[in-house]
Amino acid sequence: MRLLASLWIACAAMATACGAWADGLSTVRERGELVWGGDLQGGEPYVFEDPKDPTKIVGFEVDIAAAIARELGLRGARFFQVQWSNLVPSLERGDMDVALNGLEDTPERRARLRLSRPYFIYHEVLAVRRETPYRSLDDLRGKRVGTLNQTYAFELLETRPVETVLYEGQEEPYFDLQQGRVDAVFLDHLIAERYGCPLAGIDCVATPVRGSYVVGLRREDATLAAAVDDAVGRMIASGELRRILEGWHLWDDAQRELASGVVSPQQDGGPAWPAASPSAATREPAYGAASLDRRQVALFLQGAGVTALLSLAAFAIAMPLGMLLAAARMGAGRIIQIVATAYVELLRGTPVLLQLYVLYYGLAPVLKLGPLTAATLGLGLNYAAYEAEVYRGALMAVPRGQAEAAAALGLGPWQTLRHVMLPQAMRTALPAVTNDFVSLLKDSSLVSVLTVVELTKRMTIAAVEIRSWLGPGLLCAALYFVMSFPLSRLSRRLEAKLENDPHPRLA
Amino acid sequence: MIRIRALHKRYGSRVALDGVDAEVVAGECVAIVGPSGGGKSTLLRCLNALAPFDEGAIDIAGFSLVGGARASRATARALREVVGMVFQEFHLFPHLTALENVALAPRVVARRGRAEAETAGRELLARVGLADRAQSYPSELSGGQKQRVAIARSMAMPLRVLLLDEPTSALDREMREEVRDVIRALAREKALTMVLVTHETSLARELADRVWIMREGRIAEQGSPAEVLEAAR
Repeated sequence: MRLLASLWIACAAMATACGAWADGLSTVRERGELVWGGDLQGGEPYVFEDPKDPTKIVGFEVDIAAAIARELGLRGARFFQVQWSNLVPSLERGDMDVALNGLEDTPERRARLRLSRPYFIYHEVLAVRRETPYRSLDDLRGKRVGTLNQTYAFELLETRPVETVLYEGQEEPYFDLQQGRVDAVFLDHLIAERYGCPLAGIDCVATPVRGSYVVGLRREDATLAAAVDDAVGRMIASGELRRILEGWHLWDDAQRELASGVVSPQQDGGPAWPAASPSAATREPAYGAASLDRRQVALFLQGAGVTALLSLAAFAIAMPLGMLLAAARMGAGRIIQIVATAYVELLRGTPVLLQLYVLYYGLAPVLKLGPLTAATLGLGLNYAAYEAEVYRGALMAVPRGQAEAAAALGLGPWQTLRHVMLPQAMRTALPAVTNDFVSLLKDSSLVSVLTVVELTKRMTIAAVEIRSWLGPGLLCAALYFVMSFPLSRLSRRLEAKLENDPHPRLA
Repeated sequence: MIRIRALHKRYGSRVALDGVDAEVVAGECVAIVGPSGGGKSTLLRCLNALAPFDEGAIDIAGFSLVGGARASRATARALREVVGMVFQEFHLFPHLTALENVALAPRVVARRGRAEAETAGRELLARVGLADRAQSYPSELSGGQKQRVAIARSMAMPLRVLLLDEPTSALDREMREEVRDVIRALAREKALTMVLVTHETSLARELADRVWIMREGRIAEQGSPAEVLEAAR
């Protein structure tokens, strides 16, 4: 019954989406409200939860969306939450009528979507640590520069000889800048001025790279796009836009130019930013015509390599530490036993994602780990808890007489563990351990929150660039499968072998 | 070689050893017989510090154990290097070959080189008639062969005392004989002091210099096999 109901809802949702594709403006008019997409994680001043009443959302884009809806003669505007880096695919999928969340006017987006006339002019800001000599992108050759995934700043960095470090939230890059994990952060001035520049020890350098925020629409929604353009035009003419931006203290000379029509990017069809950055003007489109070509496949293989190495390194921590924990839980003194038990229960009882955040961001003031180190350590420490339980079970399955016989021969507790108990326990544990490694291989995708670009992260980046999740998804799945399937098979064979032979010997 | 004084041991409320006093002189073979639950195996386990006891004292091969305290780790390990034990269920290490079983303690405990330990191990296996099974794993050996490897394994350390806990009880009739042969040869050499716990009165009669009959945690009778075992009949 519940299944039927959810199927019906899914069908209804698809029908709505299809309707939107057919004719955006009339669908929106029929519905009476404008569905606009954005990411609350984008935060102040764009769109965020009202600190006084978290059930309400506020922000200058909330006001702009409401104003556009009013201009379109609608009852109101409804917000649709989506991860910012997926804003465009989500729009194309039909989750929303318009994308309205710091969406920059770029040639790639212009080729892919319909973009409205701009409602805001931004410039890119380079944030650096005060004591470093870097004051422009040209100073940062080979250095680590942080930015947000899928921003124009990201595209620009991709054309530069710098190492781009991708984030999903806008506080983390500046935090890492303070901690010395990146050498600079390159982002819109709205973000920089709120989240970066006020931080101790951070200097902000305005760059001449300017751009505009626009409303994004699906290519087929021509009538809705025209209506939104008119709406923004009327808001500029009536001073409504100015009132909104002033209300958020965002009104400045650049916005004045926008309102006076001096900067009117969409009229000549060119990009909003004047060709202030030569490299930006002359570069090849970074992903304008992206497809799953050789370059992409090479990046996927690289991501798979990161996944494999990361998993191996993490397991190289998890196995010995797990053995130590298992031994401590079984043999050592009371206090060590309690500590080991607490460790196992704590790490098994909390999400690994939380542990990664704590290790990377939480401990940063006292322990400054690089992203790969933190990722390896985090996964290793987490899996050690699981391995400890596997080994403990396997150790308990070794007959008691074995430990007694070893003791009677004069072996100490560690020698007994090392020469008698562990070799036997490992044989019992091997199938489970192999399975755990396969799990680790897949769990390693979580470390993308620490800016590590592994296989799954590579897939999400490529999917947005290529405008399809199917190809990248299949390629990503195939690569995981190639890595995990032989191990699963091995595990099953070991299991079968154990069943037939109580004392199997390793070949 | 062994002196046991006023040994008491309880498991919870159950009394396992209730005042054992006895002596074993060097080179002697003592057989302990008696009904199940009489304390035979417990006494044996106290002798090599595998089991602690509550009261009394044991002097064995130059080491002293006292009641109420666990022997220190160092004492227990040093003691076990010269006091060996053979178990009813063999307890061979299944992941090691016969030779590796025998060579483990010399290598790990006495820290000899692999080659040296294995040469000595081969000699020991030859002494128990298993020179040709050095590379076999325990799962490939019969029960009698396993127990012979276990005896060779305990002999690999410089033993002065060998404790045998029902060494033939887990074996078929035919296999018992091969293990008895090995034990008989050891007893005849008189190089080792032996304490043998057994159900088999024939084994006790044949090998032992003296027999103790244990009942309810005490040595109820002791004497030469002839006196004690004939009287028991």
